Amino acid sequence: MVTEAKPKTKRQIVTLTINGDEHVSLVKVNTTLLDLLREEFDYTGTKKGCELGDCGACTVLLDGEPVNSCLILAVEADGRSVTTIEGLEKNGKLDVVQEAFVNHGAIQCGYCSPGMILSSRALLNRNPSPTEREVRDAIAGNLCRCTGYVKIVEAVLAASAESKA
Amino acid sequence: MSEPAAKKEQYSVIGKSVPKVDAYDKATGRARYTGDLKVPNALVGKILRSPHAHARIISIDTSKAEQLPGVKAVITAKDVPSVMYGISPARYDENIFAVEKVLYVGDKVAAVAAVDEETAVKALNLIDVEYEVLPPVLDPFRAMDPDQPQLHEQYPRNISVEIHQNFGDVDKALADAYHVRTDTFSGTRAAHVPMEPHAALSKWEGGKLTITCSTQSPHYFQYHIARVFGLKMGDVRVLKSYVGGGFGGKLEPSGAEYVSAALAMKTGRPVKLVFDRWEVFVHHRGRHPQHITLTTGVTKEGKLLGCHARFIIDGGAYTSLGIASAYYAGAMLPLIYMFDHYRFDGFRVHTNLPSCGAQRGHGAPQPRFAFESQLDMIAKDLGMDSIDIRLVNARKPDTMTPNEFKVNSCAFTEAIQKARRISGWDEKKGKLASGKGIGIGCGGFISGNGYPIYRTRLPHAGAVIKVSEQGDIATLYTGAVDIGQGSDTVLAQMAAEAMGIDFEDIKLVTADTETTPHDFGAYASRQTLMSGWAVKEAGEEVRRQVLELAAEMLEANVEDMNVDRRVIYVKGSPEKSIPFERVANEFFITRGPLVGRGKYAPPKLGGSFKGAPVGTSPAYSFAAQISQVETDEETGQVMVTDVWDVHDCGQVINPTLLHAQVEGALFMGMGEAMYEAMVFDANGKPLNANLGDYRIPTALDVPQVVSDLVDSYEPAGPWGVKEVGEGATLPTMGSYANAIYDAIGIRIYDMPLTPEKVWRAIEQRKRQEREAAEKK
Repeated sequence: MVTEAKPKTKRQIVTLTINGDEHVSLVKVNTTLLDLLREEFDYTGTKKGCELGDCGACTVLLDGEPVNSCLILAVEADGRSVTTIEGLEKNGKLDVVQEAFVNHGAIQCGYCSPGMILSSRALLNRNPSPTEREVRDAIAGNLCRCTGYVKIVEAVLAASAESKA
Repeated sequence: MSEPAAKKEQYSVIGKSVPKVDAYDKATGRARYTGDLKVPNALVGKILRSPHAHARIISIDTSKAEQLPGVKAVITAKDVPSVMYGISPARYDENIFAVEKVLYVGDKVAAVAAVDEETAVKALNLIDVEYEVLPPVLDPFRAMDPDQPQLHEQYPRNISVEIHQNFGDVDKALADAYHVRTDTFSGTRAAHVPMEPHAALSKWEGGKLTITCSTQSPHYFQYHIARVFGLKMGDVRVLKSYVGGGFGGKLEPSGAEYVSAALAMKTGRPVKLVFDRWEVFVHHRGRHPQHITLTTGVTKEGKLLGCHARFIIDGGAYTSLGIASAYYAGAMLPLIYMFDHYRFDGFRVHTNLPSCGAQRGHGAPQPRFAFESQLDMIAKDLGMDSIDIRLVNARKPDTMTPNEFKVNSCAFTEAIQKARRISGWDEKKGKLASGKGIGIGCGGFISGNGYPIYRTRLPHAGAVIKVSEQGDIATLYTGAVDIGQGSDTVLAQMAAEAMGIDFEDIKLVTADTETTPHDFGAYASRQTLMSGWAVKEAGEEVRRQVLELAAEMLEANVEDMNVDRRVIYVKGSPEKSIPFERVANEFFITRGPLVGRGKYAPPKLGGSFKGAPVGTSPAYSFAAQISQVETDEETGQVMVTDVWDVHDCGQVINPTLLHAQVEGALFMGMGEAMYEAMVFDANGKPLNANLGDYRIPTALDVPQVVSDLVDSYEPAGPWGVKEVGEGATLPTMGSYANAIYDAIGIRIYDMPLTPEKVWRAIEQRKRQEREAAEKK
């Protein structure tokens, strides 16, 4: 016996481009972009840390802008373009920001790294030569408990220098 | 005791900042943490938690939840073993689900397994629990009063543990002292806040339980889970995927494993259970708020004579790792300064608040803050410089603490002197502009625990290295647990160094009770030294076997053979050489698998008094930290602008990883010093159990950090290593508090040093100054 005869959650078709590939999905309207990416498409590089928009672990680029994917409904992303951490590496070559994170010891537990790298990538896209303060501003919404941000900031500044070289 | 510089040059792999072995996977999103894992037919588990801090469970009705489509199981205390668990064997006091009473907001009451998260959450809301709400015990100072409600029958007056340790004659030392001070300090219930929430994925197949979870110690999890479910340890396999930080909070089972395992057994399907952030906070097991009263006596010259430390420690609802924390609180106090007379009286009490346990620096950071603050006050009373008083008292190598901890290497004096130099202390102290200040705090910590958590004769660490049949790679099997700190990388460097091959040649299989040798795991800052010894021994066994065969092949004496970076050669005749892989391949063909084995057990350590094992270690790290702050008198805002940290952590295996540990620990200490505290309403309900209201430092908060080292070589460590990961949290709080005092002349006795507290103290001082001026 079903105790609650509530109507089923409404579903809607969502079309979005993820890392350059078009995907179509029938989603419940209350599904977050984060859950769609993780559960439906297995882009688990997008991490779940708080589900309240506080930690930034779920950061993805939506039409190039960093957003907390836990605060965006999948239906809101309809027709838009999403870049997850899996989309940064091109033809087996790391993005310069990823490379810098690896080489500068900016990664410890790694749980914040995808979001941190994407926020940094978005910063360098709009400002290729940020100051240290601008780097710190850009990643202020991405919490890290391991590094004290020291080597992360170093890595982003190094990536900026590398891109110019 | 520092090793000659020339010898350090000879190392091929250790001492170099190779990138972490897992950095690529973590930078690309390939790294899968427990919550990212997918297995066919899996269900989602969710826990129903108590909304009350203290209540009797009258009844639980799960029938509505069970009837919800998509729900596969609903379980309560009656569906799971009633075996109590915990961490301290004398105080197993937790059940998988509360049996009669709930003891804190968040206590586990029931759980469901359902086809998806949404259904699981809906089902939780359909479970009817009738409670009789009881008055909660929230004030640790009143918890021991006879009129207070009792949390546990077995702990009269809510006393979790009572400790009295007495070394030397403190009363006489204080009576003889030129100057004696008594001061009281308080710390907060700070939380670990790993970015990855606790998670477990359990499978029950053919009488065997396999749990992949976010853990710091697969071994302890296996031990406890087997005990609770009445299974052979061999039928419980615990392993980890990537772990997104632990900081002590993932050393003990969180319930995610027990509950997902029970649900998997009931449904016959895999069950994944991931805490949400609120659950991570209420489960807690983080810092104990300690209330510390220190009475300390010194000579006219500032030499410490004796100290009497008294503690009231708020343990929260259950024991957790709190017995160890309570002992650590007092045991670590006499480590870094030399004095002979020490007494330590402590009470850990139960309250209806989240249970406290082990957090980075285990029990020691708050007392260290208290001692470092008081030492500065004593220096001021005597008209001494804060650094001079530390130099007068700094521990020396090859000494023994009053509580019988044997210290071998100790470059503490050098660390203080170097910190003084690189921070420009002498040019700054007392000479900075108004509102600016500089302060010092110091610390020291164990490099691994002398005794495990439960009584066992198992060695503390084991390692196996298997060289491939072609001899081109070697796989290191270790139970050591990389939770982000980089132990996989450091141990791979050690394995390569011991065998004489390259870092890139090492593959790793780690932290799995079935495939890797036993190791107690990532806690007590133990792995570089303890797991390191096991790896070194295993690598050297491979090396010895390879060199023996190579000597035969080259018709040379084995004592003349050497191997470096895969080339085996005859010492003095480098033209007589042969590649490592050729010899290893020949070994497999003629003798079978080429395997090296190693283990480590510490020597017998410590005294024979009650609680003597806590704080024993083969080696101790030391550190001095100087920080500079700017304060805004109008707002009470404090900004830490610069920190100089100088560590004595023995020989360094990977400098980048080492400094990263210091930086991370320092920032954690800064959070606890400046912002972090869990707060509760009058009924014990948490008010800030989320990352918006519980504030950890962001990238905007962090000072400029200089992390530096002094030369040091520890005879009890492989290649002279000591710890760094936990000890680096110790100096920070005291260093900040002392810098704030230097800046504005205000001493804050209770953490955190929030702008409001600083502002109120400034206002009070201004008022007193005005009143004094009016009187004149």
